[in-house]
Amino acid sequence: MNNSFFERRYVIAAIFITFMVILLGRLFYIQLVDDRYLYFANNNVIRKKILFPARGPILDRNGHILVQNEPVYDLMVIPKQVKPFDTLEFCKLIGIDMEGFHKRFDKATKHSKYLASTFEKQMSVSLYRSLQEKLSDFPGFYGQLRSVRSYPDSVAAQFLGYTGEVRDKDIEKSGGYYRLGDYIGVTGVEKAYEEVLRGQRGVENQMVDSRNVPKGKYANGAYDTAAVAGERLISSLDINIQKLGEKLMRNKVGSIVAIEPSTGEILAFVSSPTYDPNMMVGRERGNNMARMYQDPYNPLLIRPIQAYYPPGSSFKPLDGLIALQEGMINPQTTFFCPHYYMAGNHRVGCEHFDGVTDLRKAIAMSCNTYFCNVFDKLISRNGSKRTRQTFIDWKAKVNKFGFGVKLDVDLPNEKRGNVPAPERYDKIFGENRWRSSSIISLAIGQGELLATPLQLANIECTIANRGFYYRPHLIKAIGDKDVIKKEYTERNYVGVDEQYFEPVIDGMQQVVDHGTAAAARIPGIIMCGKTGTVQNPHGKNHSIFVAFAPRDTPKIAIAVVVENAGYGSSWAAPIASYMVEQYLRDTITKPKAQVEYIVNANLLPPPKGSKIKEAKPAKADTLKKGKADSADKPQPVLKAAKRKAKKPAPAVYYANQAIRREDE
Amino acid sequence: MSSNERGFFRNIDWVTILIYLCLCTIGWFNIHAAVYDEEHRSMVDLTTNYGKQFIFIIVSLVMAMIILLLDYRFFSALAPPIYIVTVLLLILVLVIGRNVGGNQAWIPLGGGFRLQPSEFAKLATVLLLAKYLSGTNIKITDTESFFITAGIIVLPMALIMLQPDTGSTLVFCSLIFVLYREGLSPYFLIIIALTAALFILSLLVNQWLMVAGIAVIGALLVFFNLRNRKFIFGLLVWIVGSLGFVLAVKPLYTNVLQDHQRARIDELLGITFDPRGAGYNVNQSKIAIGSGQLWGKGYLKGTQTKYSFVPEQSTDFIFCTVGEEWGFVGSIIVIGLYLFLLLRVIHIAERQHMAFSRIYGYGVASIIFFHVIINIAMTIGLMPVIGIPLPFISYGGSSLISFTALLFILLKLDSNRTGYTY
Repeated sequence: MNNSFFERRYVIAAIFITFMVILLGRLFYIQLVDDRYLYFANNNVIRKKILFPARGPILDRNGHILVQNEPVYDLMVIPKQVKPFDTLEFCKLIGIDMEGFHKRFDKATKHSKYLASTFEKQMSVSLYRSLQEKLSDFPGFYGQLRSVRSYPDSVAAQFLGYTGEVRDKDIEKSGGYYRLGDYIGVTGVEKAYEEVLRGQRGVENQMVDSRNVPKGKYANGAYDTAAVAGERLISSLDINIQKLGEKLMRNKVGSIVAIEPSTGEILAFVSSPTYDPNMMVGRERGNNMARMYQDPYNPLLIRPIQAYYPPGSSFKPLDGLIALQEGMINPQTTFFCPHYYMAGNHRVGCEHFDGVTDLRKAIAMSCNTYFCNVFDKLISRNGSKRTRQTFIDWKAKVNKFGFGVKLDVDLPNEKRGNVPAPERYDKIFGENRWRSSSIISLAIGQGELLATPLQLANIECTIANRGFYYRPHLIKAIGDKDVIKKEYTERNYVGVDEQYFEPVIDGMQQVVDHGTAAAARIPGIIMCGKTGTVQNPHGKNHSIFVAFAPRDTPKIAIAVVVENAGYGSSWAAPIASYMVEQYLRDTITKPKAQVEYIVNANLLPPPKGSKIKEAKPAKADTLKKGKADSADKPQPVLKAAKRKAKKPAPAVYYANQAIRREDE
Repeated sequence: MSSNERGFFRNIDWVTILIYLCLCTIGWFNIHAAVYDEEHRSMVDLTTNYGKQFIFIIVSLVMAMIILLLDYRFFSALAPPIYIVTVLLLILVLVIGRNVGGNQAWIPLGGGFRLQPSEFAKLATVLLLAKYLSGTNIKITDTESFFITAGIIVLPMALIMLQPDTGSTLVFCSLIFVLYREGLSPYFLIIIALTAALFILSLLVNQWLMVAGIAVIGALLVFFNLRNRKFIFGLLVWIVGSLGFVLAVKPLYTNVLQDHQRARIDELLGITFDPRGAGYNVNQSKIAIGSGQLWGKGYLKGTQTKYSFVPEQSTDFIFCTVGEEWGFVGSIIVIGLYLFLLLRVIHIAERQHMAFSRIYGYGVASIIFFHVIINIAMTIGLMPVIGIPLPFISYGGSSLISFTALLFILLKLDSNRTGYTY
């Protein structure tokens, strides 16, 4: 018996207990105190899969689909699962070359060997079908259904805009809502209504094992959320006249904007030249986009809200209205037109010898002399020393018509046009050294006045409504409940009383009935309009026509601008009349040949004359600068296009600089 | 003789058997959870690890019965031949063994089963150790006895080290508790503890700082114990030894240990941080156990183990499943069961009249203790990764059968604790 060390059992037991307590202490810490491990475990096993909602469709005012979603397939690859295969045949099937194949494959491998990467984006359903049968020969590749935008009628490209993958900037701005590879509206309605259209993303918590192989839903989907599809938008557009407008404007540079005066809903929104919006989708998107950026006619420009034009004679009704309201004239006031107007030493020519002219006749015949006299009365009414103050007052009145200010149409990057500030003239003539005669070209809508086609159409709405307008908008209702934004139901009064409109409208009716735009007359429909022929220093005049119809219950107000086309009466007026008749009667009574003549006319200016510039309205205001800029130094279009490529939307197109016509 | 005829269940320690059965059952369920997949739901599906473990448990129980049926003198008498056979098997495994995971540790038996002699070497060594130390006039404090004792332990260690199976080799170190109980100077335990501390410190602290520190502490100790000459002599030996050891640690560490072992230790001590490389196993294991929190994720609901984030999850890392699915509560129960078992084994050992039984009992306790501590400490990042199983719970036939034999031989010896003969 060697049991003399009996008490050592306690030492040994104590050691055993100590070690076990150490283990428990450690377990206590990592299991109960430190929460990180639960977080890590969830990170290990849970993969949040984003469920993409369908983007909302956009319909026209009669429920006709303008944009919908179309299924496409992204070809995905998991490099680890790829086994040797006939690469040549594979490349042929999806239409890429070997170099492209290796480039993509290397990129995917670099991303992850075990995770799926996109190998080829947006393959059409038909292409995918032909590939699908053979896909089993290519392990590691599979197709993933996605949806892209599709435009069944290929119309209204600038109106609808397009979507594109988010850029880093968008991701930053959204506070992390978007992730790399998401799509976002880039221009047009797609951008303006992005938050409504995109819907709500869903999340599926999927479990994966250590090799990232999916293992089913986490907690039976208790933390999953379903994707909510984007809202349906009902646009104000009438696809019939939109299509007609795009057809009429084929091979021309310019815009058509038609608005329903009683609501402010935009019925037609033509920007020409245009493009097929389907080109902004699919595999060729990049190439198409590059081509459009380089196009000298810049189809990506949203001309109805981004191009500026001097309103020319179409501004005259406004002159009359303001003068009537101010009590400077009454409808019977006459001026004598000797074929010209003398503003100080300057002679402003008039196309006609109108003789004794009252307001109605002046509008009907577009008499420069009459409106120069009116303008002079207006600006000099407080004495020539207070010209500046009176001018500021006048400017405010013009601004009330939505001229020179943004109309806040529901599209991004709207331009405000220009009504010059007095500082402009202080600079040119010296402070308080200018009089009405110095700025007389404003009377006939020239000089520094610049308006977007949307603003021109909106002025017609105001006249049609006899004194107010509704804010023009493209989307009349949102979602299944057809929500209408409140700001679209408010009247914006322009500060001219209803009674003063009738004589002006009389004159505008005469314009169409037997005045400058007699060619645009529609039998049986009383249309009131005004032509404008805007002088253009380096090319043919711009042809402008504004109108509304019918006179007593106006259904449509319209502005048409055709650049470098000549007289307002020869191009813009007939185009407007076809649009108006098509809208009101759903048919055109004029001989088809006449319509075809316009459709087939090619009025594209030589590309060199076209000029693309960054938006700096102030620079374009003076005659001298404008001339020096545009005539002597034609900017290479390519360079400008490149600059634009960085900033796709916010460029302004100066539709050939208009110059002041003081010496005419 | 009549008592034996009355049944071999007489005097059996049922408490131990109950703990044993609990642990085996816990093991079986956790292996099931660790390798569970939808296609093999049945707990006794023989194509799966839990199915096989079921067989192993049955085999173990049968063997336990046989052990209980044998004459108690059998083990003492057969200790030398068992030891010799085991040593031969350890040599054999080096020749014809199957290399699994870098260790040449298995002898294939056919049918997908294979034998791991190192598991049985522990049993054989403990038996022979008990046999030798219980001999008349054998005192561990005698030099000759000490070296023979050391030889019995070191021989299988050396053979297992050749496989090389560091974990199983280190297990034999736990027998120091047996030697301590039988009279080995407590200084041995203290020296081992100090050496371990110095080793770790040397890796973490600049070695010259260490040298300076030891010199200062040594000098102070000498100064305050100037009258105790014997103590000063021992102290000086220790100081010199420590200085030598500290200076030798770095070269030993870099040259003797294998790369993966060094990486694991570096990772453990925080010298390196590589949760995807050397630290992957331990990191995932900690995540599994830590994410169990108080009550655990529930049976078959541990994502870490079920989805293979934790490696070796049914064998060396089986405690992850316990920690993840049963939480802190489960961990307490398992560790509590082990502690209870160990204290029970000590209790049993101490009530023996025969030195052989007592020494054997301490051997059993030491080996189980070492396995439990090292295995669990490894899964929670307190010890470097050393591949040794968790007794009765880890998947593996050799391990379960050898632990069962180890324990039930003690129970058999215990059942005869009252009589020298019958």
